[in-house]
Amino acid sequence: MDSVLRFEARSPRWLPLYATLVFAFLYLPIVVLMVYSFNGQGVGGFPPRDFTLNWYRLLFQDEAIWAAVLNSLVVALAAVVIALALGLPAGLALDRANFPGKGIFRRLVLLPLVLPGIITGLSLLMLFREAEVKLSLITITLGHGTALISVATTEVFAGLQKLERAQEEASLDLGATYWQTFWRVTLPNLRLSIIGAALLIFTLSMDEIAVSFFLIGRDNTLPLEIWGRLRRGITPEINAVSAIIFVFSLLAMVLWYRLRAGREGGAATGAEFLPVAEPSLSA
Amino acid sequence: MAADTQPDEDSAPLLSIRSVSKQFGKHVVLNNISLDVAEGEFLTILGESGSGKTTLLRIIAGFESASSGEVWMGGERLDTLPPYQRRVNTVFQNYALFPHLTVEENVAYGPRVARTPVDEIRSRVDEALAKVQMQAFAKYKPSKISGGQQQRVALARALVNRPQLLLLDEPLSALDANLRRQMQMELKTLQREVGITFIFVTHDQEEAMVMSDRIALLHAGELEQVAPPDEIYSRPATSYAAQFIGHTNLLQAEVRNGMAKSGSLSWPTHTEEGKALFSLRPECIRPAHDTQNATRFRAPVLDHAFHGASELVRVETVGGQVLTVRTSQRGSLRGDVELEFSPDDAVPVRESGK
Amino acid sequence: MFSRAYKTAVTLPPLLWVAVFLLLPYALMFAYSFWSVSSSQQIVHSWNLSNYAHLLSHEVYRQTLLRSAWIAARVMVLSLLLGYPVAYLLSFHTRGRKNLLYQLVIIPLWVSYLVRAYAWKTILGTDGVLNTLLQYSHLTSHPLQFLLYSPFAVVLTLTHIYTPFAFLPVYAALEHIPRNLVEASHDLGASRLQTFWRVIFPLSIPGVIAGATFAFVLSFGDFLAPQLLGGPSGIMISNIVVNLFGASYQWPLGAAISFCMLAVVIGLLWLSDRLERKWAFS
Repeated sequence: MDSVLRFEARSPRWLPLYATLVFAFLYLPIVVLMVYSFNGQGVGGFPPRDFTLNWYRLLFQDEAIWAAVLNSLVVALAAVVIALALGLPAGLALDRANFPGKGIFRRLVLLPLVLPGIITGLSLLMLFREAEVKLSLITITLGHGTALISVATTEVFAGLQKLERAQEEASLDLGATYWQTFWRVTLPNLRLSIIGAALLIFTLSMDEIAVSFFLIGRDNTLPLEIWGRLRRGITPEINAVSAIIFVFSLLAMVLWYRLRAGREGGAATGAEFLPVAEPSLSA
Repeated sequence: MAADTQPDEDSAPLLSIRSVSKQFGKHVVLNNISLDVAEGEFLTILGESGSGKTTLLRIIAGFESASSGEVWMGGERLDTLPPYQRRVNTVFQNYALFPHLTVEENVAYGPRVARTPVDEIRSRVDEALAKVQMQAFAKYKPSKISGGQQQRVALARALVNRPQLLLLDEPLSALDANLRRQMQMELKTLQREVGITFIFVTHDQEEAMVMSDRIALLHAGELEQVAPPDEIYSRPATSYAAQFIGHTNLLQAEVRNGMAKSGSLSWPTHTEEGKALFSLRPECIRPAHDTQNATRFRAPVLDHAFHGASELVRVETVGGQVLTVRTSQRGSLRGDVELEFSPDDAVPVRESGK
Repeated sequence: MFSRAYKTAVTLPPLLWVAVFLLLPYALMFAYSFWSVSSSQQIVHSWNLSNYAHLLSHEVYRQTLLRSAWIAARVMVLSLLLGYPVAYLLSFHTRGRKNLLYQLVIIPLWVSYLVRAYAWKTILGTDGVLNTLLQYSHLTSHPLQFLLYSPFAVVLTLTHIYTPFAFLPVYAALEHIPRNLVEASHDLGASRLQTFWRVIFPLSIPGVIAGATFAFVLSFGDFLAPQLLGGPSGIMISNIVVNLFGASYQWPLGAAISFCMLAVVIGLLWLSDRLERKWAFS
């Protein structure tokens, strides 16, 4: 007898179709990319023929690529450490402390998220130049760390919002000091946020190119290595490495989402992105 | 046993709920509910949380559909229509005022959507706001007014559409006690004034008794009793009805040869032979006066509790039953007391399922 | 509730870092814009306005700036047109598959910018997948030139990249809307369409503004997509800056442009902030 079944649940008829088209738009290029990484005829042409793993084989033998991957891993791990080491206290400060200039601090920390990478990259370049620091993986790491503090801050902040103040107050009431409370109550509750932040920062650092572009020394990170080859010409090897990057990114995202679902217990509300989306955390 | 009453009017009821059931998966929320509501009546659906009262209201409003059964209004099928085509309006529990519109604009929403001419909107909105005394706040946003004021605006917003039926989903539950009592009277008066049929949902039995023409008592998806307040009170149909509304003493009795015997008490009754359950209100037990045909007994007082205008005293009979007695004379019942009650006051009730 | 020592320990490190690695560099960039470069490629710390004068007097900068803004504007509109309906569908008309669909939308965010831009490059070229497909199915007889190395390609690619960015704040804002408002609207006689325009959309505006700002600002300052796909007609302001910091070694001039960009972006962010607050109702 459900003739008026949950009429709210029925969307306008064209909407699911439109959404499908949008999803197609978002995914087809990547799918095409992956398909052609197996294409014997190379990057272009239609239809694809000659299924081959040749490009992948070439890729695995490519020393420069491996070196770049290693560099990227090192940089990414270091960036995670820096961003978390600074983002955690920053998140705490924004949630708990009141100090003059808090508003400016907040905006400044979150700025690199919305700022085009070129500005962050160039300004740091000028800094290193004036300080006469040679460009290298270290400068790239500093750049990534700086840009990604904002990610750590927002994740920690979101995690703190979920944490009941009462739990910490109970801890203090039962005799623990501020530091003990921090270690025994606050930090464990932030565990999921921190892991999630680490995952996101790691992935973003591995992909980062805009800021790295200006801070590069002799050693390439993976994106810069790919970029360099693109300038010289397209080869299907790039398709292969791109496909692999896609798969890893996908896994990272699914893992991150599971963590998030564990923390929030269920449905996507997008709320975790609200502070990210608006670089104006209400303080 | 007290029977469910039909609406007073001889004419056809405004709303007719016919064998409506609702289940979510395996969970049965409403079980075969049939109820007629008269035009101009103030009906309260009373029940605890989980009784299904909100679901029933939402089915009438159109936000849920029944799993089986039908709902008719004004001689036409109602439940096949989407909410926006029903001549029914709702006052929501949390008011659901549109935060981005002023009080005025909130009230004007219904008429605007129906493309009413602008001057008519103007006058109707003014009229509706005047009825709830909120004209001064016309240009305010909902966030700037208090809960009680929001509630009035929600009322005005619903009434301005001149619905055939107004549904109120526990609208007073968020208000503090004094404001609540005040609003109860105002709502009752308002309903008389506009003459629209009100269906009011609440879990507060006092509220239900104060405001309603009839009460529909809902318990775990079943209708226990539908009757005017005084009748539900003095002639409850089931043990649940007897216990939910006011205090009562439930007496398990054995009926033989026209006499009911419960523990050490016995009284004449017209009930059938066999096991029976009786409800005896505390205020019906009074100090012994040698009244004709009254059942007398002696019992020691266990304890007493202050209830403002009256005192509730617990006594224990010879047969071991603990009875509650209500007296308006504080301190008058202490130690061993002689009590009596009239056999008519022992109302036979049906055992409730759950 | 927390001791001063705790608060200081917590606030100081990030504060210092931000001062050294964010404030100082911006200040430095500002300073650079007033300096000049000598013929031997040394930065001369002599303060003058010649860089800004240069920018104002040469037409090419203004043109490129306008073209960048125009491209960014189109990306902003398109990514909202694509992202909003999906956010609405996901928020109001999905039950069981909500989580899955949400993940599907944010996956592209996790996939490298470079990978996505590269994908379009391989698709749009004269020998690319799209052109050969069109010719193969006899829809065209020769390759379409405008697909690649044009503003079209840049707008297309950037829309592809920033649609999820536009989606996120819109979705968050829509999720925030209490569902009983929708019920109330229906109760008062409004159809689904009326309810959308009168209740849902107005309440989602802060999300729309945030998404629009994201898409616009990030597209405006982008240099990778134009460099890969823009060709000579698709050059954007950031490309000019990149060149100035490259072989031509005109750092001060580049700094001047960058600083202007920074100022514009901060201005837009401030404006967006104000508008969001104005339209926030709950």
